[in-house]
Amino acid sequence: MAKIEIDGKQVEIENGRTVIEAAHLAGIYIPHFCYHKKLSIAANCRMCLVQVEKAPKPLPACATPVTDGMKVFTASEQAVKAQKGVMEFLLINHPLDCPVCDKGGECELQDLAVGYGSSASRYQEEKRMVVPKEVGPLISTKEMSRCINCTRCVRFGQEIGGIMELGQAFRGEHAEIMSFVSNSVDSELSGNMIDLCPVGALTSKPFRFTARAWELSHRRSVSPHDSLGSNLTVQVKNNRVMRVLPAENEEINECWLSDKDRFSYEGLNSGERLTKPMIKQNGAWQEVEWQAALEYAAKGLRQIADGAGAEHIGALATPHSTLEELYLLQKLVRSVGSDNVDFRLRQSDFSADGKQAGAPWLGMPIAEINTRDRILLVGSFLRKDHPLLAHRARDAVKKGAQASIVHSADDDLLMNVANKAIVAPDAMANVLAQILKALAAEKQAVVEASVQSAEVGSAAAAIAKSLASGERVAVLLGNFAQQHPQAAQLQVLGQQIAALCGGKFGFLGEAANSVGGHLAKALPRANGMNAAAMLAAPRKAYILLNVEAELDTHNPQQALVAMKAADLVVALSAYKHQATDYADVLLPIAPFSETSGTFVNTEGRVQSFKGAIKPLGEARPGWKVLRVLGNLLNETGFEYDTSEAVRDEALSGVDVAAQLNNAVQGVALETAGAGSGSLQRVSDVPIYSADAIVRRAASLQNTRDAEAPCALMHGAELSRLGVHAGEQVKVSQGEGSAILVAAADDRLPQGVVRVAAGHAATAGLGAMFGAVTVEPITGGRA
Amino acid sequence: MLSQDAIQKIDREIAKYPAEQKQSAVMAALAIAQMEKGWLSTETIEAVAGHLGMAPVAVYEVASFYNMYDLAPVGKVKITVCTNLPCALSGGVHAADYLKQKLGIGFNETTPDGRFTLKEGECMGACGDAPVLLVNNVRMCSFMQPEQIDRLLGECQ
Repeated sequence: MAKIEIDGKQVEIENGRTVIEAAHLAGIYIPHFCYHKKLSIAANCRMCLVQVEKAPKPLPACATPVTDGMKVFTASEQAVKAQKGVMEFLLINHPLDCPVCDKGGECELQDLAVGYGSSASRYQEEKRMVVPKEVGPLISTKEMSRCINCTRCVRFGQEIGGIMELGQAFRGEHAEIMSFVSNSVDSELSGNMIDLCPVGALTSKPFRFTARAWELSHRRSVSPHDSLGSNLTVQVKNNRVMRVLPAENEEINECWLSDKDRFSYEGLNSGERLTKPMIKQNGAWQEVEWQAALEYAAKGLRQIADGAGAEHIGALATPHSTLEELYLLQKLVRSVGSDNVDFRLRQSDFSADGKQAGAPWLGMPIAEINTRDRILLVGSFLRKDHPLLAHRARDAVKKGAQASIVHSADDDLLMNVANKAIVAPDAMANVLAQILKALAAEKQAVVEASVQSAEVGSAAAAIAKSLASGERVAVLLGNFAQQHPQAAQLQVLGQQIAALCGGKFGFLGEAANSVGGHLAKALPRANGMNAAAMLAAPRKAYILLNVEAELDTHNPQQALVAMKAADLVVALSAYKHQATDYADVLLPIAPFSETSGTFVNTEGRVQSFKGAIKPLGEARPGWKVLRVLGNLLNETGFEYDTSEAVRDEALSGVDVAAQLNNAVQGVALETAGAGSGSLQRVSDVPIYSADAIVRRAASLQNTRDAEAPCALMHGAELSRLGVHAGEQVKVSQGEGSAILVAAADDRLPQGVVRVAAGHAATAGLGAMFGAVTVEPITGGRA
Repeated sequence: MLSQDAIQKIDREIAKYPAEQKQSAVMAALAIAQMEKGWLSTETIEAVAGHLGMAPVAVYEVASFYNMYDLAPVGKVKITVCTNLPCALSGGVHAADYLKQKLGIGFNETTPDGRFTLKEGECMGACGDAPVLLVNNVRMCSFMQPEQIDRLLGECQ
């Protein structure tokens, strides 16, 4: 520890830290631009110059390590003179037209210029001009002339984003920030560069010039997308969400936000919003009053419950729904006598139901990912499914952790992956069994016979070796593993692998409320039907909560058939979507920004939020709609005044921490290897297709991540089919087919075709896994 | 993209650094690539980046920073005149003006016959010899008064 004095205040701080950190501890502000607590030190803006006793010249506080007995003066005559001098130089080339700059009002340079700049410029000569470059639909570099070359954006790419897409080319006064030959910036974390920019050089394309910082009111909220539960500051003007920025929470999203969380707000203002209740009568949709729509829905449900039987009613919800909505949905369905309710719409293997000790969760606090020294990822498109968890894993790897992956695709994780086992989906369980066997041999443990029969390959042996040498191991099952037809097998094997190395075992939850759905009991008990069963054996009535049947389910083909065959489909949705084809009642409910609610993130953190704005049109919060439906069905127990009352009831007597448990008992292992011989489908849910809001976020839909899905295959597979990359192929699965462009990806295993799910172009296909056929389209060749 | 020979030379440079610091060889690799291709095109930069496991923009940062790397085709003889302060005080600007007039081109231009390219350079660390200029990145010429310049141009014809 070093004792130093800053402006007369005593500060004690560990050796090796810098003066600016010590000042921060003492509550003293030192002006700065290039310094950022999460980034490496560049010391190139020179704004943080301070006077240090016995040093002949002012020193940059961000790059000066503390030494015992040091005396620092941040506001002495020498320091202020130096700071003012730096400011004058920074303003030489910076345009002095704050009123027309998008950053005006929230600009670090503008703020500090008030304190350190002079009222007029002595510089009369020509200013530097930078020609703006195009870097994609999210970030604008139109005002690159404003850049002060702090290189925060460049360092963010290198150190946090994992991919250096912006760089500082040329030198001296010609230096400018640009991408390589006008490449677009495609990182899924790119929006953070806008926040980091201390001037108006990088601005948000969707937000530019739509509002001034001081016109916006700030409302705290929680992201409804991935299972991280990022904290948001939703900024509002005239009852409209104008933009979303991160709210700092070191334990969850730190000070970052993924582009999905940041830019998806455009979907909230989409023209597809459903703003009035609608009923289909004689095949035509009519806008009606709430009362009429709710009574129609209640009457229909009551008729089916009394006639065909309550078990003919099924309820499906997305895991992006709030805890309150999910709780009331299951309460409603159960009060009419049905047990058919589920939110695990993309899951296909339910064999662990009833054997699961609690709600599947991450198995550790989110922040602990950074401290792991061995990480085994099983079936995860980590970067796209959990952009900020990927950043934490990357951080762990940077600190020396070894990452291994067992998966059916080999997308670049932007980190060193020590060992990979990339196999077809039906071989994944076998690979895990191999790892378990090899690990047991290392640890001299006994494994069951079905595992013993696995033949250990070199990749599995290497992974086992890496895991065996670890002290803090994490085995994490991603979305792909949870959607896998042998999900329970993967779970048991993953759990046993983690147990053998004394590590943590967890699920990277699929969506914002994947844990919350379990806590809300929005899944069938013993005699109810799960999501897959409800669609495989069509029900007479469905209640859909936020669900787009052809996009949010494991098997869209089956889902659509079930919907079309149903007598009554009540769709609660924020959007007017495909449900107009099969639904009978459309009830407009509010998205997360317009309702209060709760999400429970993947580490089991219960985060409640209030509505940021009033619901659009006649839309109403989902929990209110479900409450009134309950009342209209003459059920008791639906007298809630607030969403907090619903939450308190849902969680009353529930010890959330005790509910989180990944253990599963009584699932028999069947780890026989692959061998179907036919082409298998591998599906990812593309990052900007995962839920209803993001699917309607216009700018995100223009990014490269949102490009139309292709049929990706190994080059050898393509030539076996006699197809060239770029040609159209017909991909068929079950009854349906899709015409897609074939593309080569030699990192895929042979025998699989990767076709994205959750996208309109592939909604005609069947399950996310299983056999598919691909045929060339003759005559379609160029 | 790059010839086997160039790759071999680059690998020799890479071998001088620890395995995880391959990128230390970027300057040498760019020089070798430029020697072979004459200038550094986008594709060449990408090839070097790929070989060194670097982001293309990181290689571009280096290639655009130093002016011995040419990001556009240059003539057979590239003359880089130092115009930094010490040279400027000792006739560097005059040397440049004389070259411009003799060759009929400005800075960053190439004679129509594709023979000469004139560039403005940064300090070459030989201020005592001012004015200095550099021929094709490797040959340093000191005390370049008009007479010496004429002789140099004669040699290069």
